[in-house]
Amino acid sequence: MSSGLYNTHKIDFDTTLDLTKLKPYGDTMNDGKVQTSFTLPIKDDERGEEAARQIAKKMGLEEPNVAWHMPLDKEFTFYVVYGSCVHTVNYEDIHVITVESDVMSMEDTNEYIREHIGRKVVMVGASTGTDAHTVGIDAIMNRKGFAGHYGLERYEMIEAYNLGSQVPNEDFIKKALELKADVLLVSQTVTQKDVHIQNLTNLIELLEAEGLRDKFVVCCGGPRITHELAKELGYDAGFGAGKYADDVASFAVTEMVKRGMGK
Amino acid sequence: MQSKLNLNRELVDRARQSAANIAADTQRFIDQHTTVTVERAVCRLLGIDGVNEMDVPMPNVVVDHLMANSILPVGAAWYIGNAMVETGLDPQGVAEAIDRGELDMSKLPAHSDADIRAAINPVVEKTITRINENVRNRNEYLSCFGDKEGPYLYIIVATGNIYEDITQAKAAAKQGADIIAVIRTTGQSLLDYVPYGATTEGFGGTYATQENFRLMRAALDEVGEEQHRYIRLCNYCSGLCMPEIAAMGALERLDVMLNDALYGILFRDINMQRTIVDQYFSRVINGYAGVIINTGEDNYLTTDDAIVAAHTVLASQFINEAFAKEAGMREEQMGLGHAFEMDPSVEDTFLLELAQAQMAREIFPNAPLKYMPPTKFMTGNIFRGHIQDALFNMVTILTGQKLHLLGMLTEAIHTPFMSDRALSIENAQYIFRTMKDLGDELTYKEGGIIQTRANEVLTKAADLLVEIEKLGLFTTIEKGIFADVKRPKDGGKGLAGVVVKDDRYFNPFIEAMKGRVAE
Repeated sequence: MSSGLYNTHKIDFDTTLDLTKLKPYGDTMNDGKVQTSFTLPIKDDERGEEAARQIAKKMGLEEPNVAWHMPLDKEFTFYVVYGSCVHTVNYEDIHVITVESDVMSMEDTNEYIREHIGRKVVMVGASTGTDAHTVGIDAIMNRKGFAGHYGLERYEMIEAYNLGSQVPNEDFIKKALELKADVLLVSQTVTQKDVHIQNLTNLIELLEAEGLRDKFVVCCGGPRITHELAKELGYDAGFGAGKYADDVASFAVTEMVKRGMGK
Repeated sequence: MQSKLNLNRELVDRARQSAANIAADTQRFIDQHTTVTVERAVCRLLGIDGVNEMDVPMPNVVVDHLMANSILPVGAAWYIGNAMVETGLDPQGVAEAIDRGELDMSKLPAHSDADIRAAINPVVEKTITRINENVRNRNEYLSCFGDKEGPYLYIIVATGNIYEDITQAKAAAKQGADIIAVIRTTGQSLLDYVPYGATTEGFGGTYATQENFRLMRAALDEVGEEQHRYIRLCNYCSGLCMPEIAAMGALERLDVMLNDALYGILFRDINMQRTIVDQYFSRVINGYAGVIINTGEDNYLTTDDAIVAAHTVLASQFINEAFAKEAGMREEQMGLGHAFEMDPSVEDTFLLELAQAQMAREIFPNAPLKYMPPTKFMTGNIFRGHIQDALFNMVTILTGQKLHLLGMLTEAIHTPFMSDRALSIENAQYIFRTMKDLGDELTYKEGGIIQTRANEVLTKAADLLVEIEKLGLFTTIEKGIFADVKRPKDGGKGLAGVVVKDDRYFNPFIEAMKGRVAE
């Protein structure tokens, strides 16, 4: 088997970039090179390697190269496979919904609130349902923030309440009403078997059932959350990895003004 | 061990004395109180087990009955002993009679303390014998296979299904894991009872039940015998049922237990009065059963900044050490916690991590320190993540950390796959092998970054401890000094389960276990 270090294959594909037929890039345009790794519940031998190769082919990888295999247990083997993806996508046709608001600095957001809302904005956040992880909500809310972006607690014109983790949706809503919240922030960090989707859906259903949905700007966030998913689930916005307090605050306050929740 | 940090020993002694004063002050409160879970733990150690028709655990049946009749302050041991004298039933029989509504403990005539003791003592001895046998079995395994030198590789399983956990745990043990921790299902820490039986449904973890403990213990013994290594089992002795979990662990030979009231207060919003009392009895049990406890200081750094808040970790380690001593625990069982959580984008943070780890090593020379891998700055970039874990592994081998929680390259993505664990073990073994004695070869520059940092952190920790000594532990927590989290003294979960002890109160297991280790 070729070591893969020296590729003597003649390039027999078109190497000009065509965005209607987008493919992964290794070291040559349109070579389609990808890596993947997975475990199969079988023993580590030649037959297993062939199984890994066939799985890769079914995944759409041409000329799969099982670069590495090692046993994890008697009947479990780990494979690292390289290959050339046969599939393409039409990049020109792809449209993604993203949060459309200009991101303001903390000072600008405070000023915006003063000018357009004229009172402090109440934001209540929690990691809801079974999720015990607070890193997400803490990164957005805690005074010191994350990666150089100050958290909502530091915003002069925002009254931020972080309810912590494992907050049942019912309690979350109750607390939000008590605190006269304008904005609800829901964080879902770790998930298993898509329980975060059920939990996020449940919150919106509860809000709608009680006729409260319009009273709040409702945002969700977490590593598995996209804006598109959030919209689909009935949220006003969704914030994934790499979004910080300023993204959230900017969106929330402009959305409030847009909806006439301000002065 | 020769100091590499030139630490100010006077300051170390002063900090330790402050912590001892803080713990002693809190201990006065502890000694005056008991809780529902402390009494349920007594029930469990007296052999009360199982659930009733409504799936209520029998220890809860008994303690709820005592609570409802406002007689909990006298303690479960006194009342069960009294009922044994009166009815001739064993503790399980007493519990079942209560459940059937046939026995009202508050209506029984009071027998003499001597008669009650005489009824209870044989049951206590039987339990102590069982725990002694467990410890003897562990010691036999260890003397037969030898104990691991260097860091214990500690991995978690978290499938929710005990049988699937066993598959994963056995594979991990064969790959080289020394400690298997079965993560508990999300939310278990907030249950004021311990579920019963083998369980296959959990979210983000598996219920801690005595049967699950037993199943995993048997599986690890089996794979350990194959591998000629003793594989340690770890669970979570935290939340609202600390002493009950400790009791179950002692009965089923668990080896390592997360066991930290401060963690529960700060991160699970458990009432501080409740959990500090619970912690005491749980540590007495863990101490006797030869269990290594893990403390949760590492978690402070997930909400607070690891560079700025490093001294709070050290201060809390001092306090945890003092509380463990109050419970009669040996230093060799104190797995004081800390973590590799500094921002990788900051220059020289590796040096600061080294300083922190070396400092903990020198200040707590006999403690098997628990060192947690990076989590906060793990991004989903598995390739960088694997390198972050490698740096973390280097700090461990350079500074002699003992309970080494393996970092996973897929941290922040999902609970570990079998392959994630294997890659992580491979990473650690590679570094531990090739750098085994590097720590011995290194000294740190006099007055350099590492020495200066360690002494700075120590000074701040000692100052903080003086402040805590003045405020008292409860007020300190109310002020948000740890982990930047504030918790009110009367807030949180579980306060209703705390009562002031009556003069007749006794806990036969504290009497039998405190300050001793089973042999």
